[in-house]
Amino acid sequence: MGTARVSFFGDVKITVFVTPKKNVLDPQGAAVAHAMTSLGFQNLKNVRMGKVIELELDGEPDEAFNASVDKICRDLLSNPVIEDYRWAIEPTGA
Amino acid sequence: MKTAVIQFPGSNCDRDAVHAFSGALGQTARLIWHKETSLDDAELVVLPGGFSFGDYLRCGAIARFSPIMRAVGEFADNGGVVLGICNGFQVLCEAGLLPGALIRNECLEFRCRTVELRVEDAGPFFNRERLGERLLVPVAHGEGNYLIDPEGLEALRRNEQILFRYLPRNSGPSLLENPNGSIDDIAGIRNRRGNVFGMMPHPERAVEAFHPSRDGIPVLKAVLAAAAGTRPEVGV
Repeated sequence: MGTARVSFFGDVKITVFVTPKKNVLDPQGAAVAHAMTSLGFQNLKNVRMGKVIELELDGEPDEAFNASVDKICRDLLSNPVIEDYRWAIEPTGA
Repeated sequence: MKTAVIQFPGSNCDRDAVHAFSGALGQTARLIWHKETSLDDAELVVLPGGFSFGDYLRCGAIARFSPIMRAVGEFADNGGVVLGICNGFQVLCEAGLLPGALIRNECLEFRCRTVELRVEDAGPFFNRERLGERLLVPVAHGEGNYLIDPEGLEALRRNEQILFRYLPRNSGPSLLENPNGSIDDIAGIRNRRGNVFGMMPHPERAVEAFHPSRDGIPVLKAVLAAAAGTRPEVGV
């Protein structure tokens, strides 16, 4: 608004990685593993499939900001019953 | 029984549910759009099957934040009976009104067929007199593979929260068996309190002579009985 934002990064990009929990069956990963093996890909042990969600936003990476990203990851972007998440932040438009 | 069927963008069994409750069971049933914030005088709430919000992100993940879901949560907190069918079951799990989650079918196929269900442990009212009975009810889903951690599964068993099981695999005609890899062959559960019910099979598609069976009628009657026994004071 009227006040200048004091920002460490300015506009940032957050990449959220959502993956099936270790002990959760991943039928898609299993199917991809099967296809890879049948194509002759060697030494494959396991394939797990998840999602990558990219967010562009305006913010300061302080504690409150981090907490708000964690909250939306838990509430909406992942289902804690079956998925883990982690996220990485980088500046954009530099 | 005044039945409210919630209609999300992408619901596609909403009218079937209204028909089952109003036509086949002779109740009063109406649709409520997801943007509404009140259930008015509803005595029973049904979250129907379909593909709310295109199943984007995860099945039911976006619908659980629809405005009407706040009212549904309050209704359930007050003891009101809520039934989630298929996508409605997914919404209830996402909303935390039922434990566990529904993931991709183990076979990766969308399974659309009639399966055999066993009526299981089910509290003081829900289908109690039909325990052990076998029902033929259609399923139609790609993500009906119920999953819960070992402690949660133990709690479901201990508290008689498992309403229906599929036939275990390799136990009979394969087309009638567990279609999705669901843990412990679970097809439907209730919450511990006994007023929120979720199931992947579609009882509302098994009520007419031209349906694969009419075994949905006793299932829906059990829901009505639950609502008659536990509904909150309807003083509005």
